[in-house]
Amino acid sequence: MMREPVEDTSTDQGVDPAEVMAVLDELGVGPDSDLISILQDVQERLGWLPAAALRGVSERTRIPLSRVYGVVSFYAQFYTEPHGKHTIRCCRGTACHVRGGQRVFGVISDILGIGEGETTPDMLFYLETVACIGTCFLAPAMLIDDQCYGELTPKRVETILESYQVK
Amino acid sequence: MKRIETVDDLGRMREALSVPRPDEVVIRVCSTGCRALGALAVCDALDAEVASRDLGGRVRVVRVGCHGLCAGAVAVLIDPKGIFYKNVTPDDAGEIIAQTVIGGEIVERLCWSEDGQIVPQRDEIAFYKHQRKLVLQNCGVIAPASLEDAVAHGAYQGAAKALSEMSPDAVIAEVLESGLRGRGGAGFPTGRKWQFARAAAGDEKYIICNADEGDPGAFMDRALLEGDPHLVLEGMIVGAYAIGAAQGYIYVRAEYPIAIEHTILALESAREAGLLGENIMGTGFDFDIEIRQGAGAFVCGEETALIASIEGKRGMPRPRPPFPANSGLQDRPTNINNVETLANVPLVIVRGAAEYASTGTEASRGTKIFALAGKVNNTGLVEVPMGATLRQIVFDIGGGILRGRKFKAAQMGGPSGGCVPAEFLDHPIDYDSLQEIGAIMGSGGLIVMDETTCMVDIARFFTEFVQSESCGKCVPCRIGTKRMLEILTRITLGAGELEDIDRLVKLGEMIRESSLCGLGQTAPNPVLSTIRYFRDEYVAHVVDGNCPAGVCKALATFVVAPELCKACGLCVKACPVDAISDGAKKILALIDQDKCTACGVCRDTCKFDAIITSGAPDDQTNG
Ligand SMILES: Cc1cc2nc3c(=O)[nH]c(=O)nc-3n(C[C@H](O)[C@H](O)[C@H](O)COP(=O)(O)O)c2cc1C
Ligand code: FES
Repeated sequence: MMREPVEDTSTDQGVDPAEVMAVLDELGVGPDSDLISILQDVQERLGWLPAAALRGVSERTRIPLSRVYGVVSFYAQFYTEPHGKHTIRCCRGTACHVRGGQRVFGVISDILGIGEGETTPDMLFYLETVACIGTCFLAPAMLIDDQCYGELTPKRVETILESYQVK
Repeated sequence: MKRIETVDDLGRMREALSVPRPDEVVIRVCSTGCRALGALAVCDALDAEVASRDLGGRVRVVRVGCHGLCAGAVAVLIDPKGIFYKNVTPDDAGEIIAQTVIGGEIVERLCWSEDGQIVPQRDEIAFYKHQRKLVLQNCGVIAPASLEDAVAHGAYQGAAKALSEMSPDAVIAEVLESGLRGRGGAGFPTGRKWQFARAAAGDEKYIICNADEGDPGAFMDRALLEGDPHLVLEGMIVGAYAIGAAQGYIYVRAEYPIAIEHTILALESAREAGLLGENIMGTGFDFDIEIRQGAGAFVCGEETALIASIEGKRGMPRPRPPFPANSGLQDRPTNINNVETLANVPLVIVRGAAEYASTGTEASRGTKIFALAGKVNNTGLVEVPMGATLRQIVFDIGGGILRGRKFKAAQMGGPSGGCVPAEFLDHPIDYDSLQEIGAIMGSGGLIVMDETTCMVDIARFFTEFVQSESCGKCVPCRIGTKRMLEILTRITLGAGELEDIDRLVKLGEMIRESSLCGLGQTAPNPVLSTIRYFRDEYVAHVVDGNCPAGVCKALATFVVAPELCKACGLCVKACPVDAISDGAKKILALIDQDKCTACGVCRDTCKFDAIITSGAPDDQTNG
């Protein structure tokens, strides 16, 4: 039996609960859904996981909200805050570390004026670090969304970021 | 593609598809790893040239997986002549087609060179000459998105043989006899693992392919899934048949979008062709595979954590036993193998155990793929027989250290491994020999370090990594690594004391003994191995207040060696804080120590190695 819907007290700013529910409908979230895959799909569609989405997933999968939240907070990939249109994943892996990866991070951070886990005020970029993106042979490297960039120098980073700002 | 209804269908299809066409030129562009440097634009430009010159039918541009020599990205191979071009850009497309494809001439500018000599032929390049490509034989050759191309090159032959001619026990016996050991790190004999899973009670069993590849600096599994995904699927089919599983999972890390894309394509096309699903190739065996994406947690590479993650839970490891072979996914018998292990399986079945075992060492058979990265000239993917030496890998194949600097150590096995110093360059590498010297094979990440790499910084780097990736379930790992990180951090900041070194050893041994899973049990390895081989560097930090490699900013002073400085001004431009002045021409560079942040950009920029750190061993100029 479905429980009575709980009154939505979420503080999700600018999130339309109806839109969230529409996405869950479209993805067919139900009792048989695989929790992590479904959260990945929802995040892919919404860009992040607002409280309304977590609540909706919990109700439809009948997985307690506490467990849903437990999973979301365990994995680095899930975001419970809105973040920029493009996600920059700057590699902090070993190969990149020994070839100046920290410097690359510093350059990105300086240009965009944000630190790790932050979004630019124009909501264009979100910056985070990852353990390795498997492009160690072109270290230092970074991913912007699904596009990988290697052999980064401060100059190259600047050009790449500009190309996104123009788009 | 047509459905493959019987095992004979597969053979017929292979014959039909693999008719040689000697007059056809095939341009093989790495479109996976090299995508980071614009490989897709190169493909498009070549396609456009081929179309505009009406060469369709005679010239084919194929988007292939990794060629291995990633230092030459974007890398292009032109067959049948086997010409290798490096650093290709879209602008080179016209010249490649006009000069090489039509004119039969070499474009020297694009050729690999060794000792000032160009080497146009791929097989003549030292990087390739010293390798033994068995598992990687089709990577960089076939179009990973095409099942036809894979079948033409022999894919699913091993599965066909196993399913139609061998009993599950015979398959296991073959794998046991081959001596194949798990490539995911621990080196556990694969046949034994399969035996356990087969013997376990239960009707429903699972096979999982571990493609989490969490070790930073490793990209072998990525390249295999991107470049030859059907090989991995084939290994899974054989494994599933051997243990009696009907369902399989591939757990791929989310940071590998191309690997995910190619795996999904391969699964779809294999299913469509009847190579997955019900009654595979008419043999009566049913098996299918689903893909699951990781969500950014290193610990999920550990098998019990990985299972928890597939079950939709927090990826926390649990104590073993029970082992997954008896109680794994949904508490059912589950076999977990690494990507590369599974990619070896078809070789074992097709060639037979005896031939497979003829490569490698007594206790470690076959080949190993290494991901060569760091301060080495020829970064890339390398496959060598087990028992090859570090010198062969780093110098013969890898072309030595960047800018002719000195080899200091090779970090092997990632956060669970250790740093192998120069004294072991000629030590044959296999599972057991590495363990003896305090490193591990790990998955095959091999990061080369030179004298500008600080070993204390590396130890701190790995400790920070495992500390942030610790799942927090057990105390030694959660708190122990934090204490180690604090000690290492204060050493790199210049606030350490001599006793700290012994504290690290004691703490490390304790964490090793008492942690719950492999993450904690191996977390101290990078620290212990660097203390074992580079204790003097720790001492320099705590006693002399000096970071000999010039990495730890608080302990490094950069100065210009006047006798080496050519006053070229490159460092002046490169310095991000304008700490270097050159006055007029012919006046040597000077570093303003008040402004200098010791970032090291100038040292990396200088072509004459004229920027040195004070206290470096060969530093005579600093008074
Ligand atoms: C912290 C930790 C991380 C691991 N990461 C991986 C990994 O990324 N890939 C992998 O194949 N095995 C990894 N392993 C090893 C697996 O637990 C398991 O032993 C392996 O997948 C078995 O496959 P194999 O027998 O074919 O080597 C990891 C182990 C630990 C303790
Ligand atoms: S270490 Fe940076 S891509 Fe692997």
